[in-house]
Amino acid sequence: MADTAHAQVDEHHYTATGIDHRKLAIWTFIASECMFFASLIGTYLVYKGRDVSGPRPHTEWLLNGRMQEQILEIPLVTFGTSLLLFSSFFVVLALSGAQRGNRKALIGWLCATIFCGIFFVGMQVFEFTHFYHRGMGYTTNLFASTFYTLTGFHGTHVTLGLIWLTTVLVVALRGKLPPEKSLNLEIAALYWHFVDVVWIVIFPVVYLIR
Amino acid sequence: MATTALEHAPPDTHAATGLWSWITTVDHKRIGILYGASAFLFFLLGGIEALVIRWQLMAPNQTIVGPETYNQLFTMHGTTMIFLGVMPLSAMFFNFMIPLQLGARDVAFPRLNAFSYWVFLAGGLLLNVSWLFRAAPDGGWFGYANLTTRQFSPGMNIDFWTVGLQILGIASLAAALNFFVTVINLRAPGMKMMHLPMFVWMSFITQILLLLAFPIITVALVLLMIDRTFGTHFFVPSGGGDPVLWQHLFWFFGHPEVYILILPAFGIVSEILPVFSRKPLFGYAAMVFSGAFIAFVGFGVWAHHMFATGMGPFADAFFSLATMIIAIPTGVKIFNWIGTVWGGRVEYKTPMLFALGFIAMFIMGGLSGVMHSSPPADLQQTDTYFIVAHFHYVLFGGSIFGITGGAYYWWPKMFGKLLDEGLGKLHFWLMLIGFNLTFFPMHIVGLNGMPRRVYTYSAESNFELLNRLETWGSLLLGLAFVVFLWNIIRTTRSSQAPAPADPWNGATLEWSIPSPPQEFNFPKVPQVHGRDALWEMKRERGGSLPEPQRVDGRGIHLPNPSFRPFIAATGVLITLGGFIGGSHLWVHLAGLAVLLYGIFSWAFEPTG
Repeated sequence: MADTAHAQVDEHHYTATGIDHRKLAIWTFIASECMFFASLIGTYLVYKGRDVSGPRPHTEWLLNGRMQEQILEIPLVTFGTSLLLFSSFFVVLALSGAQRGNRKALIGWLCATIFCGIFFVGMQVFEFTHFYHRGMGYTTNLFASTFYTLTGFHGTHVTLGLIWLTTVLVVALRGKLPPEKSLNLEIAALYWHFVDVVWIVIFPVVYLIR
Repeated sequence: MATTALEHAPPDTHAATGLWSWITTVDHKRIGILYGASAFLFFLLGGIEALVIRWQLMAPNQTIVGPETYNQLFTMHGTTMIFLGVMPLSAMFFNFMIPLQLGARDVAFPRLNAFSYWVFLAGGLLLNVSWLFRAAPDGGWFGYANLTTRQFSPGMNIDFWTVGLQILGIASLAAALNFFVTVINLRAPGMKMMHLPMFVWMSFITQILLLLAFPIITVALVLLMIDRTFGTHFFVPSGGGDPVLWQHLFWFFGHPEVYILILPAFGIVSEILPVFSRKPLFGYAAMVFSGAFIAFVGFGVWAHHMFATGMGPFADAFFSLATMIIAIPTGVKIFNWIGTVWGGRVEYKTPMLFALGFIAMFIMGGLSGVMHSSPPADLQQTDTYFIVAHFHYVLFGGSIFGITGGAYYWWPKMFGKLLDEGLGKLHFWLMLIGFNLTFFPMHIVGLNGMPRRVYTYSAESNFELLNRLETWGSLLLGLAFVVFLWNIIRTTRSSQAPAPADPWNGATLEWSIPSPPQEFNFPKVPQVHGRDALWEMKRERGGSLPEPQRVDGRGIHLPNPSFRPFIAATGVLITLGGFIGGSHLWVHLAGLAVLLYGIFSWAFEPTG
């Protein structure tokens, strides 16, 4: 058995395609997540404009006899969207730093990514609070329920991504992310890109298309 | 985020016995046995529920159970058989057989595999704990809104259902991810995709369906749960919501689910038929592509479950035609199975009998299925016993016959002893006769107008004779499984000589290693050059291979056992369990804490 025992070390990393298991798994997971968000977006679109009362996303609506402005704050969310898009760029730079063994670039760009993500979630918290004070609770009407559910699930995904990236950052700060382990960042980054791409669909569907 | 530390644990750290060794196991074979044992118990429970239903329907105007209990019985019977019976019984074979047929030492993510099992068990137990509260789910396995909204189902019954199914969905998704990656990445060197054993192919397609269909029911269940818990109006018409959206989301999942239930059985009989006909599978490529085509079109037929909602002529025509088209690849499969047996040297061993029974019963179920793909016919048949007859012919006559055949076929590989042939044949004939006595008359009472899901019927309806026949048939079916249990117990206790590695002259790699396999499966990873790898090896050698010896596996790298998947699964159960009877914030938070601890300690645990 001595000679076979020797061969086992390489088999530990053997894959039939040459692609790491975890990388294949995260792509597969993303495919599954697409169906999850497709169902939520579908529900939003089916119910669009079918509310029995206000608030309305893009038009004026009546509350206690007074006309109210449209509820969505497009400039604020556009700014948040752009930060989320930048964060996707930053995480690529961080990955490139990790692969080249450039610790400074890795940590710097990873911090920038996380900062943008935190700002996006903060913007969403502000937006939700603001809507609540304008009279839009979770159960107020169909728009409120579908909006909060769709964007809330996306926000939860962003938050989970932030926890994941922060974990990778802590590992990197402790010097345990050498280039040969950069895949640990790459799979987190793939998830992060996915969360961004979903927002690129949600943003026009909810905020831009009337 | 798994670490890739290369620490070679000496093999004696892998405790071989005791409860702890089962809780911490990451061995795909042990997890397979766990799946099989739990699923078989749930299956028997679902069977007992069915027998109570049959007892109640034996004569008109009976009140053995009242309408409330009857609703719980048929809901739990359906939910149990689908999610806790057929799916995990298939998962038993995915776990035990996919790595062996691929020539691999384990699945791609052994700890995720353990996690899937524990989450599945948690979901199954949670669903059934509802009986203790006298609040078993009672809205049907399809849970149509707005029957299931808080207004019409104020109790905890539906909470158990929404939460239980979400937990089971997490288990299915984690397992599907794992097996998808395993099939692509852990094929033995030289095994191309078009060399895969047909069971692996059909299982692979099943994983794709699981990955794409389960997120949809997750969303539907989440929306229903939010409606019930927080008072939103997703499915409540008074707030603008549309109950028909529930049906669309549910059946968009529900129809692929049908193929999730049957494709593994297609795979199993495609393994059994060639081995007992001494011929390679007829039309291998056609089998693969027809399976893939069934799965693909299976996503475009969901609304044939909804003809009665009145979708209009265009939608009716589309879904009707799409449904009829599925009959074509299914027909291709049936002709290929017949072509496999045709001209072969057929050995009528028990697994073969079940495989042949599968073909016959599945054809009947398929034919009645084509009948209600036509909307005018369906409008007559929907919600009658005709439908009940149809789906039992495909799910019992199909899936269960296939899975039972697989159990007889692979039993010696899993447990090292051959099940008794005489008792096996008795089991088969009792099951075949009992099955047809139970379900064939349902076609007739259904067409005569007997509605489903109603707890009794009147004496004037003339349904009594056939219903009595069905009940006697169901007792025979129950008896068949008593014989099976007896066979299992007798075989396990017997002192018969251990089964040889290859009792059936098998074609695939699982038969090249001792029965039961050693922990590392293959002392040396096999090289594969084509289909039916083991037959090929035998042909090259010009006869049977020498009996493989058990070897000392020292130095073979295996993953360490871990209790973290169990902890993480507990976290999932507590977090979602907090939604039973309203939302309990502290339960959610406690569950999340356990889940986070489980995941983080898992991520930073040395994999060994």
